[in-house]
Amino acid sequence: MSEAQEAPRMPDECGVPDPQKYMHPVMKKNYGAWDWHDRPIVGVLHHVAKSGDEVWTVKAGTQRQMDIHTIRKLCDIADEFADGHVRFTTRSNIEYTVSDEGKVKPLIEKLEGAGFPVGGTGNSVSMISHTQGWLHCDIPGTDASGVVKSLMDAMYHEFKHEEMPNRVKITTSCCQINCGGQGDIAINIQHTKPPIINHDLVSNMCERPAVVARCPVAAIRPALVNGKPTLEVDEKKCICCGACFPPCPPMQINDPEHSKLAIWVGGKHSSTRSKPSFHKLVIAGIPNNAPRWPEATEVVLKILYAYKEGGKPWERMNEWIDRIGWPKFFELTGLPFTKFHIEDWRGGRNALNASSHVHL
Amino acid sequence: MATKKHDTPLLDQLESGPWPSFITGLKHLASDEDQQYAPMVNSLLGQLEHSYETRKGYWKGGTVGVRGYGAGIIPRFSEVSSKFPESKEFHTMRVMPPAGMHYDTKVLRELCDVWEKYGSGLIALHGQSGDIMMQGISSENVQPAFDEMNEMGFDLGGAGAGVRTSMSCVGAARCEQSCYDEAKAMRMVINNMLDDMHRPSLPYKFKAKFSGCANDCVNASHRSDFAVLGTWKDDIKVKQDEIKKIVETLGRKGFNDQVVNMCPTRALSLNDDDTLEIDNESCVKCMHCINVCTKALSVGDEKGVTILVGGKRTLKIGDLMGTVLIPFHKMDSEEDYEWLVELSENVLEFFADNALEHERTGEMIERIGLVNFLEGVGVDVDPNMVTHPRTSSYVRMDDWDEEVAKWNKRKGTAAAE
Repeated sequence: MSEAQEAPRMPDECGVPDPQKYMHPVMKKNYGAWDWHDRPIVGVLHHVAKSGDEVWTVKAGTQRQMDIHTIRKLCDIADEFADGHVRFTTRSNIEYTVSDEGKVKPLIEKLEGAGFPVGGTGNSVSMISHTQGWLHCDIPGTDASGVVKSLMDAMYHEFKHEEMPNRVKITTSCCQINCGGQGDIAINIQHTKPPIINHDLVSNMCERPAVVARCPVAAIRPALVNGKPTLEVDEKKCICCGACFPPCPPMQINDPEHSKLAIWVGGKHSSTRSKPSFHKLVIAGIPNNAPRWPEATEVVLKILYAYKEGGKPWERMNEWIDRIGWPKFFELTGLPFTKFHIEDWRGGRNALNASSHVHL
Repeated sequence: MATKKHDTPLLDQLESGPWPSFITGLKHLASDEDQQYAPMVNSLLGQLEHSYETRKGYWKGGTVGVRGYGAGIIPRFSEVSSKFPESKEFHTMRVMPPAGMHYDTKVLRELCDVWEKYGSGLIALHGQSGDIMMQGISSENVQPAFDEMNEMGFDLGGAGAGVRTSMSCVGAARCEQSCYDEAKAMRMVINNMLDDMHRPSLPYKFKAKFSGCANDCVNASHRSDFAVLGTWKDDIKVKQDEIKKIVETLGRKGFNDQVVNMCPTRALSLNDDDTLEIDNESCVKCMHCINVCTKALSVGDEKGVTILVGGKRTLKIGDLMGTVLIPFHKMDSEEDYEWLVELSENVLEFFADNALEHERTGEMIERIGLVNFLEGVGVDVDPNMVTHPRTSSYVRMDDWDEEVAKWNKRKGTAAAE
């Protein structure tokens, strides 16, 4: 008996929790039986169920990386207005659901007063999808939280207004693996120099065949330096992608000066109208200028406002560019078009213009 | 005892401006003198400021876990711990949220209490793969923090070469565009793969995501190996009186520009009497017209899913979008959900058995060809799987007649049903 008591606790492999337990009661009651919705004002969704029940959802932006005081403050607001329930979106916005329309306005005032901007609905710029960066990642070239904070400050108006042709999804990534994902605009680290190798550490820290296998261009090979087994990089072949760095930290790819930011446009996840598309490079070589990244912010705003000005209603960024053509995009944004914009990766020829369709 | 605060002149610049500041939150935690986490967060701020100065990260991985599991904790050890000793261990615990990310304040407060007691007080809601990221905990506190959260009904998520934490959209809980029970499908599929999540031994990561329609609010098509997207088979439902109201608001030109002409398959036409004509056979269920006319148009009754496989980001061969594996499968009975679980299991098993080390599902399909993959998972070819048929004549077709016979047999069976 005493042995059983002293046995270590083993995990209860309970998996994904059932949301029904935590859901707002009106959502639970009308689960799978909603009829239509509209957006009475920016930041508010109004859903009507087939039963006639109605809910208003107020959406607010957060900093994602939240201290417990902030979360408790958000909870206090939910207790006061939303029957003690909240929901988060994939882009770290918080949603409060109320079944009494009269609570919408005071809830918005409360959130705004507590520093949480209400918006992010419809054709606005929503919160930037967000990676970990210097705060917590083991391979970051920049700090996502800081870049996101700087950009959201600059795009605050666009979060709180639905003035874009369609929704704008922006992403950031702290390395070229691009955990932030596809975006209408994506701000990603782009390394420009091969890794600097600490040969003394490689054999102890890295599983060398795995590192060799991971290189997309077969530029890494085993070597012997000062009598120690290590790895070397064919620097002419190296594309500076940084794929070797995560499995082999002595192959340092991050460089305070030469790791730059690149901006990509036209990524789209949905199959709405056009099929999903990957984002495309439009500019590189932007300094990784902490703590406010003014150069990156300037380019993002330039692209964003060109789209806002020129996009027709419901055109996403990629659809707008498909219509106006790339020459016009580079003209409107004032960005340079270089040899590096021409795809030379696998399947690259598919990205060439095989027609006489030219924008003149 | 008041700890000396690290100076953070660079980070302080992230406190200005209207958007909520994570730095203000971290500084608040660092100043909670009576809490165990304050020295750790102060030290973390010191290291982060150092990163901002030098433009480099200083975390390295390692091995930290809880009893019985081989994943779910992201170990972080500081490379500059001599300067910032109190945050020398700053691990993240990936915790799976309730499907659809619904919470009541009671459970959120309980999570905060756990993190106040054992962690840094810093929680990200949510990480890119959909986890509650409990950020910043020492090695020795990981087990008791997990035990408390596990007792509350929470489980660790995925990391490394295993099944990863999943996401499903708000879906049926609040969205009329939902075409199946996303939360149920997600929980059934993922909870059937927990062994491969908690004790990862796959060639590489495996992600599944669940969106209720083509709007794909959880980015399943590109960001998952197994993407389940809601759709329907019958006609779009139309309330013509509501269409007329929208035409009145937008004008005929506006309605044609914003609705009719944006249909990707030219399936819409505005009649002379301002009612909408829909060529439902040509409709690809893209959601555009329904998104614009939320009150007038809605998804059909014969709901189900389209399943895509192989989406992934850059490493190693480049980006891949998920491509169609199952064009349509209805989702209305318990058997349909069980079918989905079985299919996901087949795909995962085939991946586990056939992918090379560090190869994702999409890369494996790229290497072996879609046809071999289909044979492996027991799915028949379908013209919905391609943008267009083959353009190269360089192919050997010895058993053409047999394949034609299979197609005819399938068509015959389908017709007989």
